[in-house]
Amino acid sequence: MNTKGYFFRLASVATLGASSLIAVGAAESSSALAAGSPIKIGISLSLSGDFSSDGIAFQQGYQLWANDVNAKGGLLGHPVVLDIVSDASDPTQVTANYQKLISQDKVALTFGPYSSLLSLPAAQTVSRYGYALVEGAGGAPSVFAAKLHNLFDVSLPVANALQPFAQWVAGLPKAQRPKTASYVTSNDPFTQPQIPVAKKIMSKAGIKTAYSSVFPAETTDYTPIADRVAQAGAQVVVLGAVDVPTVAAFMKAFAQMHYNPKVFVASAGPDQGTQFTSAVTQKAANGMMVPSSWYGGSANPLSKAMVANFIKVHGGTASQISADIAEAYSVGQTIVAAVKATKGFNNAKIIKYLHSGVKIKTVQGNVKFNSLGENFSMTAYTFQWQGANFVQINPATDPNSKKVVFPKPAW
Amino acid sequence: MTFSNLVHAVIDGVLTGSVYALMATGLTLIFGVMDIINVAQGVFVILGSYLSYALSVHFGVDPFVGLLITMPTMFLVGIVVERAFIARLKGPEKTAMSILVTYAVSLVIEGALNMIFSTNPVQINNASYVNSSVHLFGMWLPFIYIYGFILASVLLGSLYFLLYRTRFGASVRASLADQTAAALVGIDVKKVSTICFGIGIAVTAAGGMIYGTTNAFNASSSYDLISRLLTIIVLGGMGSLAGALVAGISMIILEDIVAVAWSPVWSNITFFILLVIVLSFRPQGLFGKQSARVA
Repeated sequence: MNTKGYFFRLASVATLGASSLIAVGAAESSSALAAGSPIKIGISLSLSGDFSSDGIAFQQGYQLWANDVNAKGGLLGHPVVLDIVSDASDPTQVTANYQKLISQDKVALTFGPYSSLLSLPAAQTVSRYGYALVEGAGGAPSVFAAKLHNLFDVSLPVANALQPFAQWVAGLPKAQRPKTASYVTSNDPFTQPQIPVAKKIMSKAGIKTAYSSVFPAETTDYTPIADRVAQAGAQVVVLGAVDVPTVAAFMKAFAQMHYNPKVFVASAGPDQGTQFTSAVTQKAANGMMVPSSWYGGSANPLSKAMVANFIKVHGGTASQISADIAEAYSVGQTIVAAVKATKGFNNAKIIKYLHSGVKIKTVQGNVKFNSLGENFSMTAYTFQWQGANFVQINPATDPNSKKVVFPKPAW
Repeated sequence: MTFSNLVHAVIDGVLTGSVYALMATGLTLIFGVMDIINVAQGVFVILGSYLSYALSVHFGVDPFVGLLITMPTMFLVGIVVERAFIARLKGPEKTAMSILVTYAVSLVIEGALNMIFSTNPVQINNASYVNSSVHLFGMWLPFIYIYGFILASVLLGSLYFLLYRTRFGASVRASLADQTAAALVGIDVKKVSTICFGIGIAVTAAGGMIYGTTNAFNASSSYDLISRLLTIIVLGGMGSLAGALVAGISMIILEDIVAVAWSPVWSNITFFILLVIVLSFRPQGLFGKQSARVA
């Protein structure tokens, strides 16, 4: 008999068994809490690094939700305490953070980090412990392709985010419809899947592709790429960007090249409220478009209440509020519904409940998950900066949609 | 791709590359004289950007004029950091330890910048020339890149003059060649090191100002910068000022040409392939001396 092999197998079985026990224990111990004791929620956020701007906005959104819940007596009578650790925008650190939050900090629930890049490793990690991961930003197809049973994204799945925009362009009267479009995107899991959907719709409407390119997410000098887009001279620019600096770099280069596309949409960036306008100036922002599922002027009563609370705490106006705030806040609202329905903090029950097809109301609209954890009941909208206001422009059938500023004013 | 696209990419590369070369010069000077790998150089550039931003937005000071304040300020910051943290590093582990110490410094500065300015990206937009350009030879050339190129050329020229035409420069070059021998002939290597560190940080004020006028930035922008700066000085040869200049410009030109002629996705990869090839034949980099690497 191979003794070494036997002991190795025995050790492996023992390790697996121990891991399973720890996982089950961790996921279920949280359901037994002393009355009135705090309920700890573990979150890894990018408080530094590439996503720090969004990470800090998410922190504000989570904290705003926690304050609102605690003001109403907490979750089932337990005051909410957020245990937030920074991952420095690093996928490896995210894994370590959730392991620490669950095994050492003994959090009862986990909320997601910012971005698809970090959501996948986060969900895989908490899945091993049997925890649910409800997240507000991480809706790339690659995240759902992992088919994790514990992952729930309360926001719009990103693949179809640009669809209403593309349909609006394609639906313009032929005389007004742009003839050419340039598509340029970062190779990020959030941005890249959005471009082919828009391109297909617009190409079908006879809009020719003048330039198409993918650039690395770590690019620092956008000049040659922006120059090529400008030289192509397309009437529409579709930019796949994850952050404000990328959009700002293209806008500046276009202005310097005296290139004024009739329509300029970015997959993210212009939805970041004052973060965006402070980087590019209010004048340059005028006419910029972005797909999103929420804006500060939303008529949703839950959103109105959140906006009022946010302004009370942080000041500013509704248009200046980043969409990240609403995404984070919706995560909290979803977990409130699940905890109330399951009457506790048992993650297995929460996962089962969220997969039951139940519809939950949030500041972003309705949340209803499919088997992959995608929120398939949310509507995609397109927004535009019009002067100092960030307004909804489509779907045109929506009574809250305002008239589109078209063509985009010059820089 | 047309010939015009190619020419444009080369011009862009020269204009932007010179600014990166300037930032990298500070890094390579510090390594050459002190054997210190300053991984905080990226965050110092961003600190320079924020200083220019603060002067421009809050006091209406033109970013170029503001350099008269920000460069001496950054020089002093460099002196303080060197005296407080770097000068204490001694022994054979000095170079390795310097990475940890300067990384800690960069984290502290990043945290402070986040607290003071928040993580919201900002841009220096106040000057009229930041968004305007001139039409030359059938292409638009942004004024800010032209001015940045002129500034980088003037500062690199001044640095060259300082190092090769002054008594202090002779001390620096002696320290670059052999610290022990320099000390034996009466050069105060400690003082030279401190001043060099200050100069290395002072040039980041200029680089940071140009970076802040051409990019939206926050404190975390430093991460992308430092990786690029380190790559430049490795290619040019650690400790070589000429190497930083040649590598900085050629790196950006190559990236720009590949981005335009082929695809932006391949621009970084192509550069790193070139770097591996160069280092296979010249491990000391293009202009580096073998002795400088083991000093």
